[in-house]
Amino acid sequence: MSTPLYAKAHRTITEIKGPLVFLQNVSDVRYGERVTLVDSAGHRKSGQVLEVGEDLVVVQVFEGSDGLDKKGTAVFFSGDVVKLGLSEDMLGRVFDGSGNPRDGLGDVLPETERPITGSPLNPVCRQQPFEFIETGISAIDLMNTLVKGQKLPIFTGAGLPANRVAVQIARQVIRQSKEELIVVFAGMGITSREYSYFYKEFQDSGALANSVLFLNLADDPTIERILTPRLALTTAEYFAFDKGRDVLVILTDMLNYANALREISSAREEIPGRRGYPGYLYTDLATNYERAGIIKGQKGSVTQLPIVTMPNDDITHPVIDLTGYITEGQIILSRDLDRRGIYPPINPLPSLSRLMNLGIGKGKTREDHRQLQDQLYALYAQGKEIEKLTAIIGSAGLGTTERQILRFTERFEREFINQGEQPRTIQESLNLGWELLSEVSRSELRRVEDKYIDQYLPKKAAAAPS
Amino acid sequence: MIIGKISRISGPVVNARGMEGIKIRDLVRVGELGLVGEVIEVKGDQISIQVYEETDGLRVGEPVKSDGKPFLAELGPGLLGMIYDGIQRPLEVIRDQTGAFIARGASGDPLHRGKRWHFVPTVKVGEPVAHGDVIGWVQETPAIRHKILVPEGVAGKIVKIKEGDYTVEEPVAELDTGQKIFMKQLWPIRRPRPIAQKITAGVPLITGQRIFDVFFPVTKGGSAIVPGPFGSGKTVTQQALAKWSDADIVVYIGCGERGNEMTEVLTEFPHLEDPRTGQPLMNRTVLIANTSNMPVAARETSIYTGITIAEYYRDMGYDVALMADSTSRWAEALREISGRLEEMPGEEGYPPYLASRIAEFYERAGRVICLGSDKRQGSVTVIGAVSPPGGDFSEPVTQNSLRIAGAFWGLDARLAYSRHFPAINWLTSYSLYLDALQDWYKREIGPDFIQMRQELLEILQKEDELKKIVQLVGRESLSEPDKLLLDIARTVRDDFLRQNAFHEVDAYCPLKKQYYMMQAILAFYKTCQGLLGKIPYEEILKLPGWEQLSKMRYVPNDQTESYFPGFIRELSAASMTKEVVA
Repeated sequence: MSTPLYAKAHRTITEIKGPLVFLQNVSDVRYGERVTLVDSAGHRKSGQVLEVGEDLVVVQVFEGSDGLDKKGTAVFFSGDVVKLGLSEDMLGRVFDGSGNPRDGLGDVLPETERPITGSPLNPVCRQQPFEFIETGISAIDLMNTLVKGQKLPIFTGAGLPANRVAVQIARQVIRQSKEELIVVFAGMGITSREYSYFYKEFQDSGALANSVLFLNLADDPTIERILTPRLALTTAEYFAFDKGRDVLVILTDMLNYANALREISSAREEIPGRRGYPGYLYTDLATNYERAGIIKGQKGSVTQLPIVTMPNDDITHPVIDLTGYITEGQIILSRDLDRRGIYPPINPLPSLSRLMNLGIGKGKTREDHRQLQDQLYALYAQGKEIEKLTAIIGSAGLGTTERQILRFTERFEREFINQGEQPRTIQESLNLGWELLSEVSRSELRRVEDKYIDQYLPKKAAAAPS
Repeated sequence: MIIGKISRISGPVVNARGMEGIKIRDLVRVGELGLVGEVIEVKGDQISIQVYEETDGLRVGEPVKSDGKPFLAELGPGLLGMIYDGIQRPLEVIRDQTGAFIARGASGDPLHRGKRWHFVPTVKVGEPVAHGDVIGWVQETPAIRHKILVPEGVAGKIVKIKEGDYTVEEPVAELDTGQKIFMKQLWPIRRPRPIAQKITAGVPLITGQRIFDVFFPVTKGGSAIVPGPFGSGKTVTQQALAKWSDADIVVYIGCGERGNEMTEVLTEFPHLEDPRTGQPLMNRTVLIANTSNMPVAARETSIYTGITIAEYYRDMGYDVALMADSTSRWAEALREISGRLEEMPGEEGYPPYLASRIAEFYERAGRVICLGSDKRQGSVTVIGAVSPPGGDFSEPVTQNSLRIAGAFWGLDARLAYSRHFPAINWLTSYSLYLDALQDWYKREIGPDFIQMRQELLEILQKEDELKKIVQLVGRESLSEPDKLLLDIARTVRDDFLRQNAFHEVDAYCPLKKQYYMMQAILAFYKTCQGLLGKIPYEEILKLPGWEQLSKMRYVPNDQTESYFPGFIRELSAASMTKEVVA
């Protein structure tokens, strides 16, 4: 983002507080306008107008207010809202959280410019999502199917391998789509260790050529994180709706984003909502998450896979909770599975893909998909209940059926979920699902129709003796 | 025309100066783009405006204009089948103006101006008419006759009225007072439309959903809330109600929710049939869509726009059902705007007037005698989804809604996790309308309807107690009658309460079928009880009845009368007992 050649310098700062700068005697300022600040040492920072009054302008400084002073700092107003220059040359590039190149390859020559806040997609222009995306992970493809145009977050806990799962998905979907699909990756507050990991993984797998990365590191300015997802989504919308590409957006970690929002809110002395987050957290998150979808009669789609850390594994934490209310389902990583060495540690029980039905079935995945999913889910849920019960009363009181279900549950975790990095096609996942069903007697298969049982259940073990 | 200037901009709240004579709730046009806004505070010569569109790019000093009128909903033929945003702009017209993404400053007439409707008068020249009287109708859709009502403040003798084709802006009648009556009428959305009298309602809103119709019914004119954590199926429930309930008109408000969900309604409803009229569901539906990323102030308004339209059809004598998904997002919009006004917050940052706003909204539901000489009756049923943070029902929106609504349908995350849908918790939910509806059920469906409902509820209650014991000592230590009760309870839960919203037959269950299904389960229970002690319990579990019961919900609805009486006889004692014992 460059500054205009000529602009009037304002040196009327009255107060600097946290990431906020207050000015007076400034006229003709627009709400949301992009601002450049140059401190007395000549360092340049960018900001945005948060509030305008007759005698007061509040600017949030994305790079933080360190080094700014009242007298020496010159403030330039650009006359326009914050925009991002866009071009197809962005593919294969790495940018920082404000959109400046991070890979030392020089600026991108923009083909067009867009305000980064985006505009709401008119509901009558939305195309209902309908196409399955194969991630190669059984616990997602079969149990919680991802559909093009969906927003499906991964809820994770500290120390759980969410980033590894995300990278695996990115790599896999690019390969599966024969490089038709591109990935826009936004990292907010990621550590330099994670940065090297992402960069290396994207480069080694060849995914980088089909990706655009925006990375704000943990020691980069916090407030910049407000921009990062918006830059990524503006880029995604450009590739999807201008260029007709299918785009997968990975946003990690939205908790850091929300914390940056909280920081600004408290610097403005706004009335806090739950856990200090501003009352408009829902609306703010929604303006990001809702930037996913498909437009009727157009090629291209934006699919979102945000990653959100649950502080202390608390699913009722406001950021997690509001994310769950906005997005179309959730993939939940489980500490219990992770401890037992199961990877990817996706717990199918609380996970959910709301749009699953639109992307599966005959002609999309397979006719038996819905019912098989239902049956696996029910048996696994039952199995976990029985495990709990066994822990209290011991296994002596268990009947034949219960033992069968326990055996199923164990194989489901060890074989079905625990697939490692090896991708499975949806057919392979479905067949494995049926194979596991042969652990229980046929009368327990109450959620699948007989015709599918006859067709898909492996014959040899259909009447397994207990 | 009052004209002033912008003095401050902070998100959706804009202040202006020099607006003498302006009133609270007046509609204003803000800035050079003419963004739509509403006055929410008047302080000295300063006013605060909530702006219904994004304020990015506005500058201090830009003009603010108002003609001193509040925000008015446009009412008349042509509402049905439409999709509006929170301030009643038709989204299809906006698409034609600004493309797939909604740009600012777009506008469009809520009612089509050029379309001609065939008006048929029902009063003659010389007849006196007053506010609320029906003077004629147009056939709005094949199933709905849109009645043309005399608006407020208009009364006199008809001097001119004629059958013919009119646009909504051409007068269809003239009075001796010189007043003209148009099909298009305006109404301030925040003011309830007047009625002659509220009456108690004794007819249920039939939803085709067993958990509601049998366990926790709502009356036509009642109100219900559906609170639940995310993923528990609020929206699926709301949509099922919008699809299947036996209202004449459905107003569906997508308030701060997902864009794809509105698309789902838009995609499905034109293809789904209203089970009563055979017409596409869209023909009886008005959609208000203000998704979560659309401007927050318009979200606050969407609720009022929706209920005004609902009241308008009620006033014609129709039964209207209004679904608001989600009222929590509306409350959050209130909170957001209140915060920008720097008002003193109440509980959890919500404004102190949250309770009264919620109450005012739900109180616009009701069964009424409409204004007008024919004393026709109509109703508005309000079903509000609530999205409590963290699924915690003690939060202010849930609690304040609970005080008002007559039915509470509590969604349960644990049921949702076990894929029991609709995930309504049968132990915590309730309906205060049961007493009022008893007679109706006994008269219309079966004398033992209420009795059987009670028996099923008791089975589930007993199950809950037994389950606690089982967790401590295991199932094997239970007595046989208790084991049987657990197995029957499972049948009640899995084969009666669970309902598949995506199955072509099960999605809608006629009341009579619900009645028979209850009968079948209880008959079989009785049979099994009779067998206890006579044969080993394992043998009872092998009875074919269990499997038959699990399939009965898929019996095609039009075969209800031919299938069930025989089926129930089969399940009843004699024949089955003999077979097994033999």
